[in-house]
Amino acid sequence: MLLSALIFLPVLFGLAVLALPKQLVRPVSLALSLVHFIASLLLFRNFDPTSAGLQLVEQKPWMPDIGITYFLGLDGISFWLVILTTFLTPLVILGSWKSIDHKIKGFHSALFFLTATMVGSFLALDGILFYIFFEASLIPMYFMIGIWGGARRLYATVKFFIYTMFGSLFMLVAIVALMFMAEQQLGQMSSSLLDWYKLEIPFVGGELLSTQTLLMFAFALAFAIKVPMFPFHTWLPDAHVEAPTPGSVILAAVMLKMGTYGFLRFVLPMFPEAVDYWTWLFIFLGVVGIVYGALVAMVQPDIKKLVAYSSVSHMGYVIVGLFAMNAFGTTGGLYQMLNHGVSTGALFLLVGMIYERTHSREVNAYGGLAKVAPWYTIIFLIVTMSSIAVPMTNGFVGEFLILLGLFKAHPIFAIIATTGVVLGATYMLWMVKRVFFGPESAMVKEHAAHGGMDLNWREKLVMAPLVTLIFWMGLFPNHFLNYSKSSIDHLLENRMHYQLQVDNSSSPLKVVDQRGVN
Amino acid sequence: MDQNSLLFAILLGAPLVGFFINGLNFRSHNSKLSGSIATGAAIISFIAAALLVKELIHLPPEARQIKSSFFSWMAVGDFSVDAAFLVDAISAIMILVITGVGSLIHLFSVGYMAHDEKPAKYFAYLNLFLFNMLLLVLGDNLLVMFVGWEGVGLCSYLLIGFWYTDPAKAAAGMKAFITNRIGDAGFLIGIFILFLTFGTVTFTDLLSRLPSVAEVGWTGPITLASLALFIGATGKSAQMPLYVWLPDAMAGPTPVSALIHAATMVTAGVYMIVRLSGLFVLAPNAMLVVACVGAFTALFAATIGLTQWDIKKVLAYSTVSQLGYMFLAAGVGAFGAAMFHLMTHAFFKALMFLGSGSVIHAMHEEQDIRKMGGLRKQMPITHATFFVGWLAIIGFPMLSGFMSKDEILWKSYSSSAGHPLLWFVGVVAAACTSFYMTRLMALTFWGGSRVPKETHPHESPPTMTIPLIVLGILSLVGGWIGIPHVIGALIPGHPENYLEHWLAPALATVPMEEGSSILEFSLMGISVSLAAIAAWFAFDFYVVHPERPKAVAAWFGRFYEAVSNKYWVDEIYQARIIQPIVDGSKALWAYVDVGFVDRLTYFASDVVLGAGGMLRSMQNGRTQQYALYIALGLAITIYWVLVG
Amino acid sequence: MPSIESLNQIGLNHYLALSAIIFSFGMIGVLMRKNVIVMLMSIELMLNAVNLSFIAFSNFTANLNGQIMVFFVMTIAAAEAGVGLAIAVMIYKKFKEINIRYFEQLRG
Repeated sequence: MLLSALIFLPVLFGLAVLALPKQLVRPVSLALSLVHFIASLLLFRNFDPTSAGLQLVEQKPWMPDIGITYFLGLDGISFWLVILTTFLTPLVILGSWKSIDHKIKGFHSALFFLTATMVGSFLALDGILFYIFFEASLIPMYFMIGIWGGARRLYATVKFFIYTMFGSLFMLVAIVALMFMAEQQLGQMSSSLLDWYKLEIPFVGGELLSTQTLLMFAFALAFAIKVPMFPFHTWLPDAHVEAPTPGSVILAAVMLKMGTYGFLRFVLPMFPEAVDYWTWLFIFLGVVGIVYGALVAMVQPDIKKLVAYSSVSHMGYVIVGLFAMNAFGTTGGLYQMLNHGVSTGALFLLVGMIYERTHSREVNAYGGLAKVAPWYTIIFLIVTMSSIAVPMTNGFVGEFLILLGLFKAHPIFAIIATTGVVLGATYMLWMVKRVFFGPESAMVKEHAAHGGMDLNWREKLVMAPLVTLIFWMGLFPNHFLNYSKSSIDHLLENRMHYQLQVDNSSSPLKVVDQRGVN
Repeated sequence: MDQNSLLFAILLGAPLVGFFINGLNFRSHNSKLSGSIATGAAIISFIAAALLVKELIHLPPEARQIKSSFFSWMAVGDFSVDAAFLVDAISAIMILVITGVGSLIHLFSVGYMAHDEKPAKYFAYLNLFLFNMLLLVLGDNLLVMFVGWEGVGLCSYLLIGFWYTDPAKAAAGMKAFITNRIGDAGFLIGIFILFLTFGTVTFTDLLSRLPSVAEVGWTGPITLASLALFIGATGKSAQMPLYVWLPDAMAGPTPVSALIHAATMVTAGVYMIVRLSGLFVLAPNAMLVVACVGAFTALFAATIGLTQWDIKKVLAYSTVSQLGYMFLAAGVGAFGAAMFHLMTHAFFKALMFLGSGSVIHAMHEEQDIRKMGGLRKQMPITHATFFVGWLAIIGFPMLSGFMSKDEILWKSYSSSAGHPLLWFVGVVAAACTSFYMTRLMALTFWGGSRVPKETHPHESPPTMTIPLIVLGILSLVGGWIGIPHVIGALIPGHPENYLEHWLAPALATVPMEEGSSILEFSLMGISVSLAAIAAWFAFDFYVVHPERPKAVAAWFGRFYEAVSNKYWVDEIYQARIIQPIVDGSKALWAYVDVGFVDRLTYFASDVVLGAGGMLRSMQNGRTQQYALYIALGLAITIYWVLVG
Repeated sequence: MPSIESLNQIGLNHYLALSAIIFSFGMIGVLMRKNVIVMLMSIELMLNAVNLSFIAFSNFTANLNGQIMVFFVMTIAAAEAGVGLAIAVMIYKKFKEINIRYFEQLRG
């Protein structure tokens, strides 16, 4: 029941928030999100990191005639993503304490619904259920950008919605195709992932229209847009620039991970031959994304857009890591997902904090911020170091493993990707130099005259866990990797004939019959 | 925790604790308090280092290694790295130099930064640097070394840009970090190649798994790995073509230039090659590249040094040039000589930088040597110590610089990996060094005073002069632990080359020709006399006949222009590399993102909109038109039923 | 005067043809005319054409269902004429004309 609780608690919270008097909304939401986070910490007690199987499984018939079940489970791949999601919600609520000043009930309720759908998509093990959560997450985000966003919020939110929706439709077609394929091969329609893993999907190398290739690309397109991979990334900068700070944080830190998670959960194990055949394409696009994102980030005049493009670059690392298809690359890719969640989430929070004070995101309007906001500068620099992967921060572990894995698999691509290490430092430090160093700009002076430029205790409280995590993840990556290790090893070793077992030993719940009654 | 682990913990932990104390109190203006904390931390670290080295000395020469593993850092697949540290003959020298010279420079900083606004922040950074530098040299595997490697780069960035309100200084810090990052990318690739070839990144395992036969050609893994690592070294140690950040790095406080950009951090590349000497000797082609780049950089930077007017810039180019010597030594297989020069250079160059700091402090932040002169009277201690440093660097016989530089020149001639041409380049560079250093001495301390009337130079306080004196003594006698055999044979008591004995078990060797001592003496004579002639010329130019330099400069014409503009290297990089990348990125953004990808999506949405628009125009509310559709539908249905 | 015989010679097809012709007239009227009253009349024409074929089928297949259907059609036709004329009156009141193009104004 724990997993269901993790999904439906926030739904309940979201409804409860609507019934609250206005002045209680923020504190109560914060308390509720902390409850949710603490509930998710129960996973540590119930999760056995040594097992590669699915744990805490819940399965109930939902639409038995066509084999759709309500099927949840947790393994090493989804474990940290769930924690990341629940971990960020309280921070986001605390971080948006001041910046969201109208329709706060709706906002917090949307945030809770969003959390629910994101946790749901990481936990769902039924294709249809996953699709529902995956798509449902768009709705709260659509409103978040559309209602609390910036000047061009409608353009951005529609672009975001249509872009991602467009990709998912192909996935829906592929899901239906797989359900029918299950009927043919297993004698019973099914949308359970465990059944899909058993399917023998015909594949002919070099033939673009062979079934496995088509299905693979249908899924890959949906996820590639979500990640986003070059060249499907253009929705991201617009969405980020227009989104309110909490929206940007959730979008970058968690929603993008739904794409890479999809690759890991669906594409790699379900279509092994097609993936093998097309690996070069994904690696190529990933490497292009790394370099391209970094180059374009370098010349952005808007800080938030710069961070958005840096996301393109960082997610490129994740993709090449996953598709390097060895222990280093895939582990690094998974780790980089978490890193990116922490460091880019932190960057967006920081950008939001200064935006609240100056109402400007123009790099050139800033200058000399270090003098008037020392704490802000220190934390921004620490997060920058994490983002450009300086050792002892989390970013280094991820990037190092990814590049090592990629070098093992494709040395030439790895050498090109390594230029991202240089370019990453360039765009971040150049921005840092223009924003924080030099003499104080007119705008900074003007706002500094009122005082209160530096972080207040609330904002320090928001950043403290993130900074702690940056160093914790950088110094003791094993604490984190141990939870994913067996799942990733299992995935890589048995990728060509991937199966997932339901691990009953650690699950306190009985697994309900697979497909209900006939 | 056993005793050695405890020593490691103190050695590394003391600066870290100092960093946190000062760092959390970064607003403090109390330079005495924060300086004492930081200096205390450095001294504690030095004591721990000394105790560790003492432990090491007691071990038999072949087993001189103390290891200590703290925790498993990363373990993925068959890649497993511990946060583990190693002291052996090589790193022993390094930790002593780092903590020793480091302590002196901390002490010097207390006086130097007395009037600064945020001394606590400065001392915090300085301690953090010590911590990272120690990580770099103590790491028992490539990855821990890389942690320190990037860590010192970060500290260098922070300290160069310490006075960040000046955009030029902030830019210098950024330039240093990014240039270093280029090298670091090479270093990473080197690590990848080594790990994937030999399955380990631990130094001891790696060196034991190396094949015994040298690799031929350019594309073998060992050669590629060596070259990639060397790219890392060119970044960190400011060699061609990545040296450009070091002269700009002089924007930082002068003690920082002494500690980071002369004595310790910039030698990390040399240290890395010496540490991996077993690897490099197996890649003769890579060694050749190292030697050539080193020799060329030595000469190139020395010529630029001839014409600089900024006291710190002269020293910066001199550092680049001296680092070139170290790479030359490493490249010809004289790893011991490289370490030796690294050490002596740390003494005399730290001395000269601190001396220049003392001068700059006295001159109220004036760095132009054209506005100095005759300072020997006002600043006797600074002058005396600087004088020793000058003698050392120009290679005055029996001083530290002479010992190590001569060793390098001799090895570059006699080693089987060496070549007379390399020796020749080295000697010419030595003559240049002698010239520009004498010029610096002459313009700063000798001759008539050109000091502006409103400045009143004065001797620095004891916290600044004591480190100068200690370093001066070290520059005088520091070379005596590595006296070359030929000279040792002439001295009563026949002192051995202690350093060579100490290092020998830890280093790989290339076959050396046992040249005759007559040859060695004559080569030594040539280099010393050339240096002496150059020094005499400089003295003549800048003290006796101050009008001559202009005439000589005019006589050289274009060449002088090129040298005094530093061969336009920065300008070329800016115009040919940086600007095209920035412009290209803007073009990518404008044409690919906005112009192509977005336009394609707009096109797709336009198609949908257009199609929708067409259908929409059918729904125009005209009843009769609707009726017509019904009629047409009927007609089609009838046709289909009857005919189709 | 035509005899009963000749009357019997009129077959189903004749009725259907007539019905189709009347229907077509009605349809053309609906499509071409602008006057709502005329259009309503044309619709009446079309409905009656259908009624004719219903009765013809009923007669020739000896099945009463067709004739019952006609009553329904006639009822609907009456209702339709009532509603249609009411709208036409309203349109006339507003625009002093009963041109069909004013019906476009009905859309929200």
